[in-house]
Amino acid sequence: MPVQEIQFTKELIAYIDEWKSKPGSLIMMLHRIQEEFSYIPREAAERLARIVGMPLAKIYGVITFYHYFKTTKPGKNRLAICLGTACYLRGGQDLIDESESILNVKGEEVTDDGQFSIDAVRCLGCCGLAPVLMIGNDVYGKVTKDQLPEIIAKYRKA
Amino acid sequence: MAYKNYILVCGGTGCESSRGDEIFRTLIKEAELQGVKNDVQVVKTGCFGFCEKGPIVKVLPQESFYVEVKPEDAKEIIAEQVIKGREVKRLLYKKDQASSDKVKIEDIDFYQKQFRVVLRNCGVINPENIDEYIAREGYTGLERALFKFSPDEVVEELKKSGLRGRGGAGFPTWLKWDLTRKAPGDVKYVVCNADEGDPGAYMNRSTIEGDPHSIVESMIICGRTIGAHEGYIYIRAEYPLAIERLKIAIRQAREYGLLGKDILGSGYDFDLDIRLGAGAFVCGEETALLQSLEGKRGMPVPKPPFPAIKGLWQKPTVINNVETFANISVIMAKGAEWFAKIGTEKSKGTKTFALTGKINNSGLVEVPMGTTLREIVFDIGGGIRNGKKFKGVQTGGPSGGIITEESLDQPITYESLTALGSMMGSGGMIIMDEDDCVVDIAKFYMAFCVDESCGKCAPCRIGTKQMHDILEKISNGNGVEEDLAKLEKIGKAMTKASLCMLGGSAANPTLSTIKHFREDYMEHIRDHKCRAGKCKSLVVYEIDAAKCIGCGICARRCPVPCITGEKKQPHVIDRARCIKCGECFTACKFGAVVKK
Repeated sequence: MPVQEIQFTKELIAYIDEWKSKPGSLIMMLHRIQEEFSYIPREAAERLARIVGMPLAKIYGVITFYHYFKTTKPGKNRLAICLGTACYLRGGQDLIDESESILNVKGEEVTDDGQFSIDAVRCLGCCGLAPVLMIGNDVYGKVTKDQLPEIIAKYRKA
Repeated sequence: MAYKNYILVCGGTGCESSRGDEIFRTLIKEAELQGVKNDVQVVKTGCFGFCEKGPIVKVLPQESFYVEVKPEDAKEIIAEQVIKGREVKRLLYKKDQASSDKVKIEDIDFYQKQFRVVLRNCGVINPENIDEYIAREGYTGLERALFKFSPDEVVEELKKSGLRGRGGAGFPTWLKWDLTRKAPGDVKYVVCNADEGDPGAYMNRSTIEGDPHSIVESMIICGRTIGAHEGYIYIRAEYPLAIERLKIAIRQAREYGLLGKDILGSGYDFDLDIRLGAGAFVCGEETALLQSLEGKRGMPVPKPPFPAIKGLWQKPTVINNVETFANISVIMAKGAEWFAKIGTEKSKGTKTFALTGKINNSGLVEVPMGTTLREIVFDIGGGIRNGKKFKGVQTGGPSGGIITEESLDQPITYESLTALGSMMGSGGMIIMDEDDCVVDIAKFYMAFCVDESCGKCAPCRIGTKQMHDILEKISNGNGVEEDLAKLEKIGKAMTKASLCMLGGSAANPTLSTIKHFREDYMEHIRDHKCRAGKCKSLVVYEIDAAKCIGCGICARRCPVPCITGEKKQPHVIDRARCIKCGECFTACKFGAVVKK
């Protein structure tokens, strides 16, 4: 049965062409693919395997080793809640619990409308602002539980 | 001075995320609108370190130190200071609310006792402009390494400086370079470890963001010394700003002939490339990092052979941490004698720390080796938040240990930290107060190690999980006294038998908390009590009838709901139904809800 091949943009193809001959560049190519799709779809990994002539198992071995690479599609808005030590001490876990209860999701689940998912992340590196929540490129510092409904509402589509 | 005023805006990640960039752009726009754009230059610099009070803006030549600035303040800074020459008093850093006196930067407690070598250019220059780096003696170290010194003499100079690796065990840098230099082989590599994965540490990120050229320069010096022609910077993908600044720095260095073929006409070739990490803590371990650089799963390999003999692609490789490299350019520029005067007998130079947790002034600090923890926590850090009692300071992150009150007067050196069951490792310094529970902290770090263990060797893969389960049991109130002995036994086995330092040090937080706070563990086990109220299953909420005025706010906030009571009468919590969310505790304004 012929399978429809996943679409890669011209830029992505050019990037892979540039990097595939460099030694040890698999991780760089995976970063670029995730940047394009917000995660690494299986079809994309398969296509990459064909392009670079590497077994799919080896590529999956690398994808699943590193926390940064995702194999499932995250919500449109990712709530990255920092669980670095400073944020943990100042209540990062409470923010996660509260967000899960507001959005009615657990762990890596995505809300039914595909709008939100929660990601507990390791140290965003602004410990002075602990606890920190990041949505897209917006950083919210010294967040309290009470502020969460309002922050989340801002990203909910009207 | 070409300009009447210079305005320095902090461009570190901390300040940037509290609208630092908007302040920068608004200042430029306001200068234009108010017709003074030729009188003032607005510069975005690296981290000032005082993250607690960010975003920070500094105006020269008056040395005005503005804290917690908002974009809306830009208009006033331009109108008042640039046009009328008057400082904006309300934005100035003040010692306390009441005083209105300006405090000179050098008199701010946070900066006293600090000594900046690694962070010498952070908050001073524009990190995206190579000329500003050069103006501050930048690349003079490289010039000396290329034309004045032979590789032998560079090694000799480093030996005299006494510099030791800042990433972990403190291996002498000169020796590492010398071993690699003498290792047989034509192809050699220089690698910079910028995979700062330790939660609560951001010194390396700030160093790169604030002064990327110091890393580039030092790596070229290293390459020339050991005979390498290629270098890689392995950096966390989670540090976009640092990556961007490194890219700019490398591009500018190429344009100036400092990277590429025939550097400065010396006949020596060297080039640098950036490779991204992908969120694996174990990749901070050098052999795992090299595996990852080769595009594989980042699992450590046994040493020896050491990377100095067989490193990247089996070739001799020098791998140093960001902070180690940042020291090298300045040692080569100012000389080994200058550097060797800083610090103690065996630990030379300075150390950067990220001061976070329950501390008044969280931020990035750099102190000479030999400074005591007490000076860092209480003088620089301004003591504990909200007047709480100091409990301990965790250094070295998930690999380090807790240091308690009685050891606060120990001078910081490689040896003293190891003796205290901690390590220099990274420079995360997390301050804990009486409201933190050591069992909870130990469990937190162990959960981190369970997640991050690569699974290659059994002691780490199985040991971390077993220790975590026992800690979980204790924190749920189901522990027995023998569990402590079990923890110690497993911990010691892991320390001895693990393949790399991740497993080898994963037990440190647990072992050191058991050592110093055995009684806290015993309270969980014997009395089923968590004094700090952090272990949720052990907490009981009650309402103090004497303090309760019966306002009913707790009953309204309770999600279960399990709080009942008549209006203006003391309320009661039904313990059987309480889910211990703590809403009532936060809601009560009269302190009537108590945690037990």
